[in-house]
This record gives sequence, structure tokens and C-alpha cells, in this order.
Amino acid sequence: MPPVLELRGITKQFPGVLANDHIDLTLEKGEIHALLGENGAGKTTLMNILYGLYQPDEGQIVVRGQPATIHGPNDAIALGIGMVHQHFMLVPPLTVTENVMLGVESVRNGLFLDHKRVAQRIGEISRQYGLEVDPDAVIADLPVGVQQRVEIIKVLYRAADILILDEPTAVLTPQEVERLFQTIFALVERGNSLIFITHKLKEALHIANRITVLRNGRVVDTVTPDRTSEAELAAMMVGRKVELVVRKKPASPGDVVLQVQGLYVLDDRRNLAVNGVSFEVRAGEVLGIAGVQGNGQTELVQALTGLRPVMDGEITILGSPVVRATPRQILEMGVAHVPEDRQGDGLVLSFPVHDNLVLNTYYLPPFANGLITQEEAVIATASRLVEEFDVRTPSVFVPVSTLSGGNQQKVIVAREFSRPIQLLIAAQPTRGLDVGSIEYIHNRIIQKRDEGTAVLLASPELDEVIALSDRIAVMYKGQIVDIVPAMGVNKEYLGLLMAGVKPEEAVRAAPPQVEEIEMERVF
Amino acid sequence: MSTRGGESREQPQPTAVKRKVVWSQAFQAVLVPALAVLTALIIGAVVIAITDAAVVAAYRNFFTAPGKALAATWQAVRTAYGALFQGSFGNPQELYQAVKVYVATKETGPLWQALWPITESLVAATPYILAGLAVALGFRCGLFNIGVEGQFFMGALASAYIGYRLTTLPTLVHLPLAVLAGALGGALWAAIPGYLKARTGAHEVVNTIMMNWIAFRLSDWLLNGPMKAPGYRPITPQIEPTAELPRFFPAPLRLNVGFLLALATAAVVYWFLFKTTTGFEIRTVGANPRAARYAGMNITRNFVLAMVLSGALAGLAAATQVLGVDHWVGQGFSAGYGFDAIALALLGKSHPLGVVLASLLFGFLRGGATRMQSLAGIPIDIISIIQALVIVFIAAPDIIRWLYRLRAGRGIEELVLTRGWGG
Repeated sequence: MPPVLELRGITKQFPGVLANDHIDLTLEKGEIHALLGENGAGKTTLMNILYGLYQPDEGQIVVRGQPATIHGPNDAIALGIGMVHQHFMLVPPLTVTENVMLGVESVRNGLFLDHKRVAQRIGEISRQYGLEVDPDAVIADLPVGVQQRVEIIKVLYRAADILILDEPTAVLTPQEVERLFQTIFALVERGNSLIFITHKLKEALHIANRITVLRNGRVVDTVTPDRTSEAELAAMMVGRKVELVVRKKPASPGDVVLQVQGLYVLDDRRNLAVNGVSFEVRAGEVLGIAGVQGNGQTELVQALTGLRPVMDGEITILGSPVVRATPRQILEMGVAHVPEDRQGDGLVLSFPVHDNLVLNTYYLPPFANGLITQEEAVIATASRLVEEFDVRTPSVFVPVSTLSGGNQQKVIVAREFSRPIQLLIAAQPTRGLDVGSIEYIHNRIIQKRDEGTAVLLASPELDEVIALSDRIAVMYKGQIVDIVPAMGVNKEYLGLLMAGVKPEEAVRAAPPQVEEIEMERVF
Repeated sequence: MSTRGGESREQPQPTAVKRKVVWSQAFQAVLVPALAVLTALIIGAVVIAITDAAVVAAYRNFFTAPGKALAATWQAVRTAYGALFQGSFGNPQELYQAVKVYVATKETGPLWQALWPITESLVAATPYILAGLAVALGFRCGLFNIGVEGQFFMGALASAYIGYRLTTLPTLVHLPLAVLAGALGGALWAAIPGYLKARTGAHEVVNTIMMNWIAFRLSDWLLNGPMKAPGYRPITPQIEPTAELPRFFPAPLRLNVGFLLALATAAVVYWFLFKTTTGFEIRTVGANPRAARYAGMNITRNFVLAMVLSGALAGLAAATQVLGVDHWVGQGFSAGYGFDAIALALLGKSHPLGVVLASLLFGFLRGGATRMQSLAGIPIDIISIIQALVIVFIAAPDIIRWLYRLRAGRGIEELVLTRGWGG
């Protein structure tokens, strides 16, 4: 039997970049094939070619033994190829049923939408694959994990049997990830075939039958999980040996640098996003804030950095209250902020790299003499930082938009870490970055901690929080439900808290610590 | 912590690198506008041809005498654009003769006559430059100042008032005062929507449009009432000679110091935007207000400042027109400078140098239009069509990219000109 899908010598040239260079890939029936690679390795380009969004310059796509030309998503769907995008393509105010039938509407009497029949079909698909969802629920009310189920149902509703999942676990809690994996296994059991795009090594090893690693637009190798290891995969992805664990000495916490007391903050829709939060961060320690995205971490960080008004409560940095301070005043107290949305908040994409490196110090000597910008000083400092922080850029004069995500983040890190700082607030500092950049940024954060900087790290990546933190606070629905020492912490316990289980109940299901260490709860 | 496996980077001189980057960016930036102008001129030629009776007649016999039809087309377009060129730059032969006469006899009359077209084009370009800079400065801060027209009116009235009201001052005091009054008039008028935006978030597009109408009606009233010169016409009195911007040549040539003032202002605006910390803030607020806030910049302060400076430039444009060219203000005084300015800022990519070049182009088109009408019988509207086409192509650069098979500039192109309309 021929493979359900075969890519032969796919080549795609973009101006200045060979995004795909003679890529061969086969997908057997009932196979889970993981596509692993750093950002910019060519995964997305390849899948967009498969989905008809780009035309390859060279090469051939063969579906079930037949050569195919795919000119757009409609062609792809007609061939049974369906894609679940990383960013969901759902219409939030519409119901599940309406979203599923969008574009392939069933009608009664040639005029009226046939909700009933569609809902029925959704029910069938749900039961078959364990994709529980209420067809009448409005998308906006559903948790992210359920929204993803709707995306999968959408693809199955269109009778696709070759599914492409693009970074499907990025937005899920550990429990939701486990559930997704069950669904995936159910899908392949019933004869569907699946391409699973990821940059997480563990996931690829856990669920894939075969793993293809891409680097710089080329296939490095295709391997089976039993014949490889995380370290080997990482080395294939990056092209060199990578340190996968963050090496760090035990923390030696000093004085309290950041103290938060009974903090209440509203979000943009004027709902209570931070609901009575109290904690402290000491010099030389990392406090990690774990939690699924959208549980108030964003608003908490914005309140701490002066970007969002505080409704009630106290924030004290180095002994001075900062509840009503402006972002600049907080900045000048020695607070560095690596923002969650680096392109939205942290950079001006159209500006050259050197301007972005002085984005918040441009008005201070030596970068300015009174009102006048000192260009030489800016360029000299920028050139030095680019060297020191290993930012890969042709020069400091090119717009920062032309840099890769990892290098953009390094620009922010270089800017923030090169100032004399007492407190570092890092929100999702490695989101969407490749293994090499993650390793680099993690080491820099630990280096700052060891220099005596207080670090607050907010990240939905539980592995990252555990690796970097000395203490971990779990945030759920605007509240910190528990703070535990990171040493020997039980991931399952944190996962339960992140999913909204009360600490008392979570303790019964999973102990907070797996290794025996002295329990020094903060409160 | 060196991870750059063996790849040693030989750093060339930073200034040399910068020059290279800047030039390649400049080329990218100029490419689309230049092709837009070229395309507009080509389409303009087609319009000239199909509206020419002789050409149309020649095409009736296209299949029997195709050469004749093509010749007629060429003739029509050549006459029209030849006249346009003569109207905007002057007749080179005439100029050559005039110089010869001048060298031989010191007779200046023919020389001034030969210089008339080009000086008139520069006179037309002067308010364009300043008004274009006004819109461009707003764009740089992410503001869409549609109120340049109204600010132009207020600037004109203010500088005219100082010009005719103060009668005993020496030029050295009177002229700067009148120029400043123009800038101040425009600045104050723009400060109102700027303040409203900063304070209440009211969108500047709506408020500047309303301020335009207030300015129009206010000027109607002033010109028919308090500021009216004796007589029937709704115009202000002539300004005092001490408030006039000096002219370079004897009458009727009107080219004056205002043109140099416009060029100097463009240089100052460039310096301000790209070499000062305040300019950096304004550009950051315009390019990414969230990043500006993150970096500790005061967004509302920059909004108000950019609006006030934009209004001052609009007022300055009016001052050069009043004090340098007209010497009085009448009803319907502006020929839509404030609206053309939007096109100029777009065409010039909100860069001072670009605005100057765009304004010179528009100045020459306007200057040549009259001549084209009188010499070649081509309606003056053809110039409006060409200008409109330029604007269309600038607003929809994909048309140009598609026509000339250009690939999209990567990231560099994305200068955000204005924020969303919703506020």
C-alpha cells in the first residue's frame, strides 16, 4: 500500500532564504509523524505548501499514490488534508455548531441553516473520538482545550483523514495535553494519519511513530523514538550539543525586593483579573508564577511595571510604594521587564536594532546630551551588546523586524540585562523560541539571580517554571492558590492547581513534593 | 559564552555599514513613489491622447494608416508634456538667449521673463513643502492631522493681522513677528484637537475636520467684519511692506525668502525627528504606542506636542503664502493646500526630504498646468488627474508592485501611518 502522503524534493525559495530545500517526507496510514524543528527551520512553510497556501518551486506532493497539485485550502480539504492551526480559526460569538459548519453550511429547503443535522454529526464525531463538546455552547465561553477540540471536529467534519496539528500543545495545561494525546491515539486507531508539528522534544518522543527533524530548511534525519533520545534530537535541531537542564546552585535569598500585598487589578474588559494577590520576591531568588495563560499573570505583570492601574492593594519595590508610579519611575528604580508580547510591547519592529537597544534609556547620558541624541554612543553600545549577547544580525542598522524571533528576544534581553537592575520581571521570556535561544536566555536569567537580582518569572510553560524557579506560585483565576518550593516539586500537583483543583483536594490526588525535603511553605 | 562556531565576524567600519543599509532602504522607499509618478504620467498621456480630437480622428483610419494614428498620438502627447515642461521649468532656448542678451547688454528684462516659469513653480512648491511637513510630522506620531487646511487659514489670518495692524515696526522685528504669528495661529488651532485626544481620547480625525469648518466660517466672518479692508471685497488690508518676505527678483517674479524658509524648516524637522530625544519619542509613539508606554514615554504629551508642531508648520505654510506672495488674505484663500498636503506626506513617505521632493513635483505640475492649457489647449484638469493617480498608486502600492513585478519590501515598508479609526 502506498503511503497516504508523500512529499518528494519539496523546495521553496523566498527572497534571500531557502525555506525548504529538497524535503522528503512520507506519512504512512495510521501513523503519527512528528515534525520537529526550531523556529525558522521550515516547518510552517512546508505545511503551508501542503495546505496550498504556497506553491513549491520544485518537488511533488503525492496523496494516496496520486500526484496532486494543491492550490488552496479547498483543494487540500478535497484531498482529505485538514489543518488545526496553532492560533484557532474560530468565530468567538458563534456556537460550536455554527463554527463547524462555517464554509460548508448544511441547509434545509435551500434557505435555512440546518443546525440540527450538523449538531447530530458533531455528536457522532465527539463520541467516536472522545472529543466531548456541547454543540450549542458559544466559543467565547469555552476553555482553550475545548476550543481546540472544536478545531479538530471541524477538520473531521470536513472528512479529512490526514490531519496536521500545528504546535497543538502550546496553549494547554498538562492535563489537557494528556487528553489531547488520548484523542490523537483514538484518531490514528481509526485509520487517520497525523502530522504533529512541535518544538517540544518530550512530546515528539512520547507520541510519534517517527520523527523528522528539520534544520535550515533541510531534513536532518527521520528517526524512530526508540532509537533516539532528547539530547540527540536537540543536537539535530540546533546543530550542536545542547544543555537541556538548567544548571544552578541553590539560591541564597537576600532582602525582600518586591513585596505585593492584597493586589487587585482589572483587565481591559473591567473584570477582576488579579484578585487579592500577595507574595514577595527576595534578592537572589527566582519566584516562578505557573498557570495557564489568561489567569491574571499578564495583568499582574502589567500592574507591577506601572502599565496597568492598580485597583487596590500595595506594591513595594525596595521599600518604596509604587502603586501610583509611572512606568518610567519604576524603570528608574532598577526594574527590568521582559514583556510577554515582545513584538507588541518590547520592540519597535520598524526601528533599527540600535534604537531598540536603547528604547528605554535613550534620554540618559551617554545616549543623549540634553535634547540631542548621541548617535555614536548609541551605535557603539549597541554594537557591544550585539556581540556580548550574541544577537545574530547583519548589522545594528537593520530593522529589528528582519531578525528571527530568538534574536529579537535577545535584543530585549540585552537591553534589559545590561542596565543595573535590582528586580527582573520576565513574562514568558522564551515563548516561541528555539532550543538554542531558550538555553541561552535561561542561563542569563540564572546568572542575574546569582548576581543578586530578584527575579519574578511568569510562564505558562510548567517545565520552564520548574527549571528556573526557587519557589513556585500557582495562579488560577486571578488568585495565587499555593506557593511551593521548586526543589523536588511534583509536576502533577502543580498541574491540578493550574486546572483549578483546590490545594486540599490536589494534595490528596498528588503530593506537592515528590522528593523528601524540608517543607518550608511561605504561607 | 561564545557559541558562534568558528565563524569570526570581521566588523567593517560602522559608518560604512550604516551608509549601505541607509542607501538600500532609501532605494526601497523611493522606488514605489517614483514608479507611481511615472505610471501616472503614462496614464495621463493616454488620457491626453483619447481626449484629443485629432488623435481620435486619426484612429478612425487606424487600419488603413496606422502610422498616422501613432504619429498623431505622439504629437498630442509631446505637445502637451512639452508645454507642461515649458510651463514648469521655462523654455531652455529662451533662457539661453536671455543669458546671451544679459551678457552682451546687461539687459535683464528677457532674463526675468525666461525665469518666470521656474520661479513660479518654486513659489507654488513653498506652501506645499510646509503643509506637507505638517501632515508628515503628524503621521510620524501616528496622528492623522486632516486639519492642516483649517490651521492654514488660522495661520494666514494671524500673520496677515500682525502684517497690517502693526505699522511702525522695522522689518527686522515686524517680519519675524508676522511669521511667528502665522505659526502660532496654526499651532493653537491644532492644540485643541490635540488636547481633546490626550484628555478624552477623542479621535483627531473627527475633531480636526470639525475644526476645519470652524476655521472656514470664522474666517468668513472675520473677512466680512473685523478684519475687512475698506471697500466691497471681503479681504484683509494689504500688509505693511515691513512684514513682507523679501523677493529675490524684481516684480512680477514672486520667488521669495519663503522658499528658503521652507527648505530650512524641512532640515530642522529632519533634525528634530531623527536627532533629538523628543523626535525619537514621537516616532516611537507613532510606530508602536505600546512599546512607547513600555519604555516609559508619555504618550499623551507626545500626541499634544506633535499636534501643536504640526499646526505650527501648517501656520508657517500660510505665513509664507501671505507674507511672500499674496500680501493679503481673501475668502477661499487656500487652494486646498491642507488636503494636497496629505497626498504630499504620503508620497514623501513622511520623510522631510521626501516631502520636499514631492512638493517640488506638485509645484512643477501646478506651475506647468496653466501653460499647458494656454499653449496646448489641454485642460488644466489633466494635472488633477495625474495628481490623483499618483495618490491612488501611493495609497495602493500593490498595484505598482504588481505592474512592475516588484517584491514586497520585507518589514522595512511597514511604516504605520495612522492608527485605527476606532480610537
